[in-house]
Amino acid sequence: MRQRGLLPCALLPAINVLCVLCLSPASFSPTSEQNLEGQEIFRDDTAESHHHSKEYIEINPLKKLPSLKDGKFILSESVAILFYLCRKYSTPSHWYPPDLHTRARVDEFMAWQHTAIQLPMSRILWIKMLIPRITGEEVPAEKTEQMLTEVRTNMQLFEEKFLQDKMFITGDHISLADLVALVEMMQPMGGNYNVFLNSSRLAEWRMRVELAIGSGLFWEAHDRLMKLAEWDCSTLDPMVKEKICVLLQKFR
Amino acid sequence: MGLELYLDLLSQPCRAVYIFAKRNGIPFELRPVELRKGQHLSDAFAQVNPLKKVPALRDGDFTLTESVAILLYLNRKYKVPDHWYPQDLQACARVDEYLAWQHTTLRRNCLRALWHKVMFPVFLGEPVSPEMLAATLAELDATLQLLEDKFLQNKAFLTGPHISLADLIAITELMHPVGAGCQVFEGRPKLAAWRQRVEAAVGKDLFQEAHEVILKAKDSPPADPIIKQKLMPRVLAMIQ
Repeated sequence: MRQRGLLPCALLPAINVLCVLCLSPASFSPTSEQNLEGQEIFRDDTAESHHHSKEYIEINPLKKLPSLKDGKFILSESVAILFYLCRKYSTPSHWYPPDLHTRARVDEFMAWQHTAIQLPMSRILWIKMLIPRITGEEVPAEKTEQMLTEVRTNMQLFEEKFLQDKMFITGDHISLADLVALVEMMQPMGGNYNVFLNSSRLAEWRMRVELAIGSGLFWEAHDRLMKLAEWDCSTLDPMVKEKICVLLQKFR
Repeated sequence: MGLELYLDLLSQPCRAVYIFAKRNGIPFELRPVELRKGQHLSDAFAQVNPLKKVPALRDGDFTLTESVAILLYLNRKYKVPDHWYPQDLQACARVDEYLAWQHTTLRRNCLRALWHKVMFPVFLGEPVSPEMLAATLAELDATLQLLEDKFLQNKAFLTGPHISLADLIAITELMHPVGAGCQVFEGRPKLAAWRQRVEAAVGKDLFQEAHEVILKAKDSPPADPIIKQKLMPRVLAMIQ
């Protein structure tokens, strides 16, 4: 099990990529890279079964990604990890503005998005791509339509309540809220579903966030997700496959 | 106009906000929003929160939703004791971790337990199959185990030696199935002992006052048919 080093804020999207890595093929090929501060960091190409392994469970008993390990300190939950990194590395204040009201807006979005954005977006990926791919069966059309309607409704709420006519959620500058919003909304792309098609305002915001992060870094972080369609799922652990077949039954 | 809190103590996150504000002597105007009468769906309330949910906060021109955000806002604005949301980097991260985790786990399961056991049959007149109820209670049970094993462990409170926002959010969630008649603390001595500590830290009187409404949930009068129609789609979305 490779130990994760610390990621500077510029590489924050990579943390969210780790969430996607649980969907990657059963091969372990660690990569190491230098971050901006010249520290060596390891990214873990963890497979479905790998983050259920004994070693990983010691790091994160919840068996989920992402996880941070800083010496003996272990932390899960991407929102908590992002706040921790901002504070520890005194990142530029626009990421988590100190102004009482502006900060509250970031907190508000970060809380709302768990059920309104993250969960539904992840469901689309499962319903449209992963379940059919793994089980060979489609999810009933009625359920799919229900899911897509929920996503459309929440995207509308996001536009009307959080983004409105601003450049970014908090105003003129990108913050953690935009970062989290966008990486969650990118999830369905792994299943070829683009949630930005219906609104030019959202599509423009998406581009602004990508540019603020840097297109190179943005697409590097999303590389695995975008290649999900090429995944050879025959290498998937049969026990995991069985769990997913059970999941399919819940949609019937 | 000072601070206004739009609350219905039937709702778990409302209880957390109410207890926090009262415990810390934060002056506010209570604006009751009766969920069972559909008041959250009114045009008037939509002016306060277009998402039509409670809790909501209004502080002059500034409105805020989401209990976690509201608690953090009150925490910062009113300079409350440090233990609620510690300055220490790692202690604070522990609280953040719990507050993030609970949305789709404990909150969801506690909500489902209340609605499947009590609110659907009693308030909405909609029966729930024994299989569905059993499945919901089993999920709740599994989450309670996680709460004990991953968060509480052998500590006095969820994130350390002192009560924090995490404990407040958690305890108010757990009172939901308690209000439904589920014996959440039975056979869980660690959790029961934690509950006593949290109650003591909050103050027994305040704790009881905040939970009067939920403890009478089983006595909810049946919903008005017109209101029931308006409520159903939102309830179904809320507990999925």
